[in-house]
Amino acid sequence: MDNAIKTINLTKKFKDITAVEDLNVEIKQGEIFGLLGPNGAGKTTTISMLCTILKPTEGSAQVNGYDILKEPEKVRKSIGIVFQQPSVDDILTGLENLRLHAMWYGVPKETRKNRIDEVLELVGLQSRQNSLVKTYSGGMRRRLELARGLLHLPNVLFLDEPTLGLDPQTREHIWEYIEKMSRERQMTIVLTTHYMEEADNLCDRVAIIDQGKIVVMDAPDSLKEKVGGDIVYLKTTAADTNKFKEIEEVSKIEKKDDCIILTVKNAGEHLQEILEISGKVERVEVRSASLEDVFINYTGKEIRAETGEGGIVQRIIKERTVR
Amino acid sequence: MSQAEAIYALWLREFKVFTREKSRIVSSIFTPMLWIFVFGGGLGSAINIGNVNYQIFIYPGILVMSVLFSSVFFGVYVIWDRKIDILKAILVAPLSRTTIFVGKVLGGCTDSMIQALIMLLVSFILGIYLTVSSFLLAITILFLLALSLVSTGLIIGSLMESPEGFNMIISFLIFPLFFFSGALFPIDNLPIWLSFITYINPVTYGVDALRMAIIGVSQFPLYVDLIVLTGFAVVMFTIGTRTFERMK
Repeated sequence: MDNAIKTINLTKKFKDITAVEDLNVEIKQGEIFGLLGPNGAGKTTTISMLCTILKPTEGSAQVNGYDILKEPEKVRKSIGIVFQQPSVDDILTGLENLRLHAMWYGVPKETRKNRIDEVLELVGLQSRQNSLVKTYSGGMRRRLELARGLLHLPNVLFLDEPTLGLDPQTREHIWEYIEKMSRERQMTIVLTTHYMEEADNLCDRVAIIDQGKIVVMDAPDSLKEKVGGDIVYLKTTAADTNKFKEIEEVSKIEKKDDCIILTVKNAGEHLQEILEISGKVERVEVRSASLEDVFINYTGKEIRAETGEGGIVQRIIKERTVR
Repeated sequence: MSQAEAIYALWLREFKVFTREKSRIVSSIFTPMLWIFVFGGGLGSAINIGNVNYQIFIYPGILVMSVLFSSVFFGVYVIWDRKIDILKAILVAPLSRTTIFVGKVLGGCTDSMIQALIMLLVSFILGIYLTVSSFLLAITILFLLALSLVSTGLIIGSLMESPEGFNMIISFLIFPLFFFSGALFPIDNLPIWLSFITYINPVTYGVDALRMAIIGVSQFPLYVDLIVLTGFAVVMFTIGTRTFERMK
């Protein structure tokens, strides 16, 4: 079994909105796979279907070789999930949450205590294990949720925006755990995020989703290569944009307010020529292409344009209020 | 085997929540106490039913009331679990829906039975001395009632989206079930319309059986009461497991 996850024309419709359309993805065992996209793109809906929380309208998928429609309980036993909204029990202690979880997932009695100690240590919550979760901070809850997801040693771990709203330090910690899990246990990890650098640093492969469809899917580096070079910002009002076409390496020219944005192969080597053409500039900025640029390239919009909670639900509400 | 442990874990969660929210138990016992001591004590100072003092007469009825309210109301916690996303964590665990339902029902029954036990102790204050067998019979009757009514509450809870909606529905359900149960008056000489509604109300048979167990008077033979109560429990429990199968 090479593929941990395989989807076949996976589709989900809510009334007349198609949240996910004909998704065909294969994710290998041990891979860290990122689903990128703005809120409402269908990331959470996809994960929900793979976790058997939602039934697809059409198509199907296999997770760890089990069919999500025919063998949902086997699927659920073989996966771990960290939800976008923490789902740990406030009125119980951290330890109690983990103990109940171990019983629900049938972690054998003999190994239970060791596993719990191990995951508590992993997320650094041993000292607070006997405090009620309602006294935890947001980051601690997320860590507890992560510990819970790892407790039964799942083959596939789903992480839905696991670092949303966390401080940079905690975010970094969480990514460390995730990488460690993937390395040491060959655990397949599927995550959604709209932090592009996060996906870039962490994922073996990413799929960019927009409006329920995969726009492009590849390793982050190959995707960035496809952008066609580095990004050069010129803050100037004077220059004639057409003249930049004279430089062979310039693959894209864009004008935005008083800025010219160029996509240039090996920009560092051509900066001289670029500046000669542009004449007087107020500011120059050169940087290598990021996944953000990939996203803009393929969807024509910025991923951060839409922020905030929600997703498909909000889209439905919007549509409803429009009517 | 593992399902048994899963059920235990589900029950344990409900039980821990219950023991940590002391206000639940206080508020659920307060109202029945008012009924027994203020309403029952007040009317009882002037009225006897047959040769039973009114306060004693309604005591089994109020016991049923406390189980009725707390059991049906337990369904609202499904909605809260959904709101705070705990339900999602449970639904995504490798548990069958029947297992989840059984765990929840047992959790709700435990809450109700703890309250029922406290209420049963009130019998000593009222000067009713229960024998071991009548005590055990009372517990059995109350458990059968709790089983059916917790199931009922969970069915409604699993279908509703907001606690407010749930409260609306159950106040339309709980009060008729209570008032048409003969908890507050004898049912042997009622106008036809009233006796008809009372006779089709399954809670009536709980009140009747409990009155038999505690003060030795009843309208129907005990076996009839027990058959109706068991039937009610089986039906509600079955509908409940089916509803949970379909719950999203």
